[in-house]
Amino acid sequence: MIEAHFPILTCLILLPLLGCAGVLFMKTPVAVRRWALGVSLAEMFMGLFLLQFKMGTADFQFVESIPWVPTWGLRYFLGLDGISVFMVALTLLMFPFCIICSWTSIINRVREFHICLFVLISALIGVFSALDLVLFYLFWEAILIPTYLLISLWGGPQSDHAALKFILYTLAGSALLLVAVIAFRMEGGSFSIPALMAHSFSVNFQQWTFLIMALAFAVKVPLFPFHTWLPAAYGQAPIAGSILLSAVMAKMGAYGFLRLALPMTPEAAHCFAPLLIAMSVCSILYGGLLAFAQSNLKKIIAYSSLGHMGFVILGIFLFNINGVQGALIQMVNHGITTGALFAMVGILYQRSGNHEISGNLGLGKFVPAFMGFWGFFAFAGFAFPGTNNFVGEFLILAGAFERNLWLGAVAVPGALLAAAYMLRPTQKMTWGEPSNARDWRDMSGREWACMLPMAFLVLYLGLAPTLCLKVMNPTLNHLISAFQSRVPVTLSMDKNFHSKPERGGRP
Amino acid sequence: MKVQLIFPELFQLLIVAGLFLQSIVQGDRAAPLKKWLPWAAGLSVLVSLASLGQNGLLFGQTYQVDRLSQFFKMTVSFGFFLAVINGVGQPLLEKEKQCDYFLFMALSAWGLMLLCSTVELISIYLALELASFSFFPLVPLRTKSLSAAEAAIKYMFIGGVATTVGLFGFSYILAAQHTTDLNQLVHISWSWSHSPMAVLGLTLFLSGLLFKLAFFPFHFWAPDVYEGAGNETAAYIAVLPKVGAVAVLLRFSPLLKPGLEITTILAVLAAVSMTYGNLAALVQKDVKRILGYSAIAHAGYLMVGVVAGTPMGVAATAFYAFAYVLMTFACFWVICRESQDGRNLKLEDLKGLSSRAPGLALVLAVGAVALVGLPPTAGFMGKFFLLSAAWNRGCNWLVVIAAANVAIGLFYYLNLVRYAYTKQSPEASEKAFNAQGRSSVLSLSGGLFLAGLVILFGILPELVFKMLMP
Repeated sequence: MIEAHFPILTCLILLPLLGCAGVLFMKTPVAVRRWALGVSLAEMFMGLFLLQFKMGTADFQFVESIPWVPTWGLRYFLGLDGISVFMVALTLLMFPFCIICSWTSIINRVREFHICLFVLISALIGVFSALDLVLFYLFWEAILIPTYLLISLWGGPQSDHAALKFILYTLAGSALLLVAVIAFRMEGGSFSIPALMAHSFSVNFQQWTFLIMALAFAVKVPLFPFHTWLPAAYGQAPIAGSILLSAVMAKMGAYGFLRLALPMTPEAAHCFAPLLIAMSVCSILYGGLLAFAQSNLKKIIAYSSLGHMGFVILGIFLFNINGVQGALIQMVNHGITTGALFAMVGILYQRSGNHEISGNLGLGKFVPAFMGFWGFFAFAGFAFPGTNNFVGEFLILAGAFERNLWLGAVAVPGALLAAAYMLRPTQKMTWGEPSNARDWRDMSGREWACMLPMAFLVLYLGLAPTLCLKVMNPTLNHLISAFQSRVPVTLSMDKNFHSKPERGGRP
Repeated sequence: MKVQLIFPELFQLLIVAGLFLQSIVQGDRAAPLKKWLPWAAGLSVLVSLASLGQNGLLFGQTYQVDRLSQFFKMTVSFGFFLAVINGVGQPLLEKEKQCDYFLFMALSAWGLMLLCSTVELISIYLALELASFSFFPLVPLRTKSLSAAEAAIKYMFIGGVATTVGLFGFSYILAAQHTTDLNQLVHISWSWSHSPMAVLGLTLFLSGLLFKLAFFPFHFWAPDVYEGAGNETAAYIAVLPKVGAVAVLLRFSPLLKPGLEITTILAVLAAVSMTYGNLAALVQKDVKRILGYSAIAHAGYLMVGVVAGTPMGVAATAFYAFAYVLMTFACFWVICRESQDGRNLKLEDLKGLSSRAPGLALVLAVGAVALVGLPPTAGFMGKFFLLSAAWNRGCNWLVVIAAANVAIGLFYYLNLVRYAYTKQSPEASEKAFNAQGRSSVLSLSGGLFLAGLVILFGILPELVFKMLMP
């Protein structure tokens, strides 16, 4: 544990909440937007403090720990390690991005919209930095209401239904998580996540707690049979909502697997890995096929998100360093790419008022800058070499082949499908006839300003991922070695497997 | 005898006496209650806050003053204060009946205060009857309302039967255990094999309390009484009797060892109560009926802490009862402000609340979210404490059912928020214009005060535990 000299995480959580109070004093919508942008930039600026993150250690850093409810043993316990620092950074990045993207698209109840957004961001940072199980659960559930309001109040025509589906699904998934939290405390003697990671629980206990956690996380990600809320919610949410849902909230589930399920219930994770792997492979293939069949741009991205998150969960449950590295990098990259793609759809909707492909044909000639950005992010979306998603998917597939030849072979078509479903709309939108875009204005300065940094990150993370890997490696190495020391079966099985490649065909 | 031990009760009795005098002096004319009653009720809260630390036994070991009783007295007087500021000037109560109305209200609050301290079966019974009988006349006091009369008759009959059954059970307990002192009773064996008569007697005796709690199978009155009684009366009946009942149940809690038959019975009934309440609430359209069924569900949650039978369970239940007062009152506060002519509100009537009165809509949202049990509210913390206290006490299945019930309950509580935040139809805009007048600064600040407390105790629950356990 490396204590924080300055309570940076608390400040990051509190600043948006203070921003809410400020919003109440703003008179006009423009003033509210400016204030919100100011707060978000201040938050990002404060986030630069996280650059002091020490590489080369798997310890938690920026740790703050004070008693919260001593009667019940709860602590206000925050900290970051090589996994959560990326998630916090991603949240910080998406904060101003969301505000700029909704600059002109949100007209009604501007004040309430930004309050919801602020509360949501603050809860998200809380989820990713909480090291006390109850605090984690508190932030986890605190996300529900602002998200519900975001979707239902500022969403599309069927947003009420979509929002209801989202909140019922996710709460039903995570209601039992509270039981697991309490059970962990009673068995492990503490709510502290680092302490519980070091504790070894009986296999039976691990199995049922793992299943409860897996349900909560799989709904949030979402994984294959639990994904039915996704197209409605992603499709109906306002652009900022779609961005946050796909770029950050989907990561909460994957983060939960990495932070809680793998270290705290390793035997159970190993035992149920085939189930989770099957679910993630289904998500990859089924999500890809569904995305290919859609005519609505938002739904294409929504289902592509299902596929990409399938890759992430696959990577996590391979239990080797390549897989986990790939999963974490993919989490960041998917956030950036999908966030950018949803923002592009939002920009398009401002001009055409239509999310269908057929309503946005032949743009290439009239809005070349827009199409250029779209093409770029679409390529990133199907993991074109040189873009960021390539790194993640490559590592995950490498890990999959390392684990089992057939597993890799089954997952590869998912990557091919991605190319198909991203290129089809891109082709129609660029060259389709008749063109809808005769009198459209190309990207405005504001839109350039929010897309350029994203494009830069896509290239930077695609061409030079070494820095990221350096930051995450100590934590992930620690995670995997701790896992393998407690589940020796995996290690020996995989070793045998390497030494006899001729047996590779057997699943 | 140290008089300072019973200052809260004495002060409440003073209020009762004042109201009694005024009702005699004023006769049929309207009494100037607004001038002094809210202040007196507020002072009563301060008095009970000041006497939190008292400790002692009175009246021949039948009346125990300790942390628990003082905390519950504080909760009762706080609830009474809220009911008074909520109920003064209510639209569907004739002016000349106001004095009697508040007299009965104050008297029932006094009975509940006594109930919090009684540790002897006969005195429990007396205090319970004192509180019940003063509750009964409150219900029909709603101008020219047949449904209020119907509700009053139901409430009285079911209440009468429940207390009679309780008295019958009391005779069995006395016959089997030869004492009525609770402090002795909790140390005696209560297993079926040891003394079946005692277990039967206790089960019957508790039914009198479970009726007050609207606990399955004594829940039938709750939705009807909530619907029939005036909004302000319903707010009072929804909150305070539960606090008194919980206070006494917690005195019984130490004898509920894991594995005893009586523990199992209560645990099963708790599971049924919360599941039934939540499921039945899903299809309701009347806002007060929704809260009535939610009360049945919450009776089940409260029982989770009681069957835990540990000091932690007692603390958790006390916290949840306090939180329940706050969050239920927050919802009722909005209902009473929103229904300007005192009629019942349907869900449809809530439409457009967020544009008519954004502050009240926020209060309703906080109250509803807290009743679901989502953070960062006292409702979440309370549920968490209840479930942790009950874990590994022989009924883990109950904990699982309680957690799953949170997800069932979400839908109908969320409906309150949904309707409040959807846009209203154009034809309702005139009504909206009229409603603007009623969301005055006072009503808004009262609601925001409640919502603020709900969130404050959700973030800093330790404040309550400091009052509860030194």
